[in-house]
Amino acid sequence: MRDFSYLRAGNIEAARNAAALPGAMLLAGGTTLIDLAKCGVAEPSTVIDISHIEGLNAIDVTADRAVIGALARMSHVADNPQVKNLFPAVSEALWQAASAQLRNMATIGGNLMQRTRCPYFRDPQNFPACNKRAPGSGCSAIGGVTRGHAVLGTSEACIATYPGDLAIALVAFDAEVDLGERKLKVEDFFLAPGATAEQEHDIRPGEVITAIEIPGSAAARRSTYVKVRDRQSYEFAAASAAVGLELEGDGRTVRDIRVAFGGVATKPWRARAVEEALKGQMLDEETVRKASELAMEGAVDHGANHYKIALAPRVVVRAILKLGETA
Amino acid sequence: MNDQVTISPTTLSVHLTINGRDHALEIEPRVTLLDALRDRLALTGTKKGCDQGQCGACTVHVDGQRVLACLTLAAQVEGREITTIEGLADEDGTLNAVQAAFLEQDAFQCGYCTPGQIMSAVACIREGHAGSDEEIREYMAGNLCRCGAYPNIVAAVRQAAQELRS
Repeated sequence: MRDFSYLRAGNIEAARNAAALPGAMLLAGGTTLIDLAKCGVAEPSTVIDISHIEGLNAIDVTADRAVIGALARMSHVADNPQVKNLFPAVSEALWQAASAQLRNMATIGGNLMQRTRCPYFRDPQNFPACNKRAPGSGCSAIGGVTRGHAVLGTSEACIATYPGDLAIALVAFDAEVDLGERKLKVEDFFLAPGATAEQEHDIRPGEVITAIEIPGSAAARRSTYVKVRDRQSYEFAAASAAVGLELEGDGRTVRDIRVAFGGVATKPWRARAVEEALKGQMLDEETVRKASELAMEGAVDHGANHYKIALAPRVVVRAILKLGETA
Repeated sequence: MNDQVTISPTTLSVHLTINGRDHALEIEPRVTLLDALRDRLALTGTKKGCDQGQCGACTVHVDGQRVLACLTLAAQVEGREITTIEGLADEDGTLNAVQAAFLEQDAFQCGYCTPGQIMSAVACIREGHAGSDEEIREYMAGNLCRCGAYPNIVAAVRQAAQELRS
């Protein structure tokens, strides 16, 4: 790990000023930054420790909305009774992510800044070509071992999968990220690689995430996060789905439904085609299966990740039917 | 403190509170809590396994919460209460209930992951995440054991959780 200078920000203004310095990177939980610094991927000249800033870790939940401070720890949000009650998919996405130790360290703001787990991205010594690290250098994953790589939102520059869980639930329920001067839909905060794979987030120098806001809804109250992976625990998703459901008074017709995917796309992936196909429909297995297939339109595989195209719709089916049964 | 930002020179003076004792260190900013414990303070009970946040061998408590010392900068935990495996038993040597249960259940083979397992288990029980074997397995998943002592580890955590409840 290259050495760096260390600055401790006492408040959010100081953090913003320091974040605008060239070569500066923010340190909150450290679970991404210190890891990537050890891999030789992150080489900050200055590390700005924002973890001592007070008042940024509040969790404020009402039926209308949840406002979660950027420095709230993943474990605290996952265990928050109101989050569990009003936004179950958010709690489930959090407790199924990483390990208990990592969830005690990692913050909600930092979670949104988590980088891909693409093994080529994480290994600059052996794989110098990576458009995410070095724009224009090429992509070592294309033509390489691609079992974990994305099938949606890829480009010729990059096929790295977005690895997180929380953001999948946030995208499903139209959450926003608060950057101080501006607020963005979480869905727009994440950028697909296109020709600029190095640009993963719509965040500018000097901007600091202060909070996320999730609007309350009937679909958010009746929601779940289903995560399928190679190991039962402590593993990234092979495919995952955040789903929320609101039924009409008859208890069978879909009034509102939210569907978002993880583990299969280059960014948190909202599946609006699936949602539109199911609104107004009766909730039966055949209809749900057909609609879920629509999510994979335009999917492109690279051989070893072909299974994700079959797996992801089945994960959504499981999630929707699970919600339907809990009427 | 008037300064909103504290700028570091090449080395930092860091004051750490570990197992109730204060320590003053001069370290480079990049030094992790794990390396500070092992290389500077001779607290070698905390183990270095993967050094990348994947194995849990370096688990310690910061303000009572289990965290990974390998991904924590020493400078970052100034002013926090740090507890390591050395600080778990009573002054007179009486073992913590989890330590005793690990011995009783033979919850290790080579023992390298054990300090991390025990620190994690103490927190797991305190968090209320040791209610069933399934829950213990889920909430202990961040601690790998290459000897595969998992069934005995689950038994030890279950036993300690029962003892601490009664």
